[in-house]
Amino acid sequence: MRMTSVRPLRPEPPRELSSLHGRAMDNLAFIRNTMEAAGSFTAVSGWGMVAIGVLAIAVAFVASLQKTPINSLNIWLAAAVLSPTIMMWAMVRKAKTAKMPLLSGPGRKFVLSFSPPMVVGALLTFVLYRAGLVEAIPGVWLLLYGTGVVAGGAFSVRIVPVMGLCFMLAGVIALFSPPSWSHAILGAAFGGLHIAFGIPIARSYGG
Amino acid sequence: MAKNGAARDDARSQNPMKGSALKKPAPKNAEELDRLIHERLRLGIVSALAVNDSLSFSDLKKLMNTTDGNLSVHARKLEEAEYIACTKSFEGRMPKTQYRLTAAGRRALERYLDHMEALIRATRDR
Repeated sequence: MRMTSVRPLRPEPPRELSSLHGRAMDNLAFIRNTMEAAGSFTAVSGWGMVAIGVLAIAVAFVASLQKTPINSLNIWLAAAVLSPTIMMWAMVRKAKTAKMPLLSGPGRKFVLSFSPPMVVGALLTFVLYRAGLVEAIPGVWLLLYGTGVVAGGAFSVRIVPVMGLCFMLAGVIALFSPPSWSHAILGAAFGGLHIAFGIPIARSYGG
Repeated sequence: MAKNGAARDDARSQNPMKGSALKKPAPKNAEELDRLIHERLRLGIVSALAVNDSLSFSDLKKLMNTTDGNLSVHARKLEEAEYIACTKSFEGRMPKTQYRLTAAGRRALERYLDHMEALIRATRDR
């Protein structure tokens, strides 16, 4: 049986023009995707990490002077709220300097990968505090922060997931160390690692 | 091997404007622009460098998902055209090659983007 041919309502553009249009669109999409992928190299602010590192060292010192674990925990929680604010400010500033949208493809992937472990960390902090297991909190924080950095860093340069692994290692050490070491470990990890990795990121990847 | 690939890519990337009826005239150096930037890997290198102060050879290789040889060949072509600048140094005993986009390279990318947008407008309007 022969089917009746259907005539389009509007004449189709010549095949050559349609092909040129498609190729031009494809080229523009390729440029945009490459810029987005390359932009992930600059999304994380190295100087923001250094600032957070300095804050963490100061917080570790102040927290170690507290007489009760609850006071120490509150100081660390305040720093946990302040640090993302510092990092967001630094990332926005860096994105503006590089004239790149902050939440481009890879940037969005980083945030989506990094956020779930942070939410889990907040919930576990509450649960562990209620269960009276405050001494387990530093290890859990470091492990989950490291997990988030490794997951988010999968879309970034290699140095970022390596930093995440170092945080996870610090978390393991914190879990199996005496509770009296917790401030030193948190200070060394959140302070030392952020500064140690932040400086090369800032120098090599535009700030 | 890489050179053959590059030559093949050059042959493939002939000027797409030929034969098209564009309302906006193509840039004067459209032929040169197409040969240098139209090829995918070179377009990728220039695009990546446009959003970074500089990138190392290994960063570009990872980003473009290509081989050392292929990247070297295409980067050299861009370097010869002075679209990108290359700095070689040592990190300890390891050689490090760093690339950055020159002003000429940035202008070439902008011309290329204008070129593609004009092509899209022209074909859409017909």
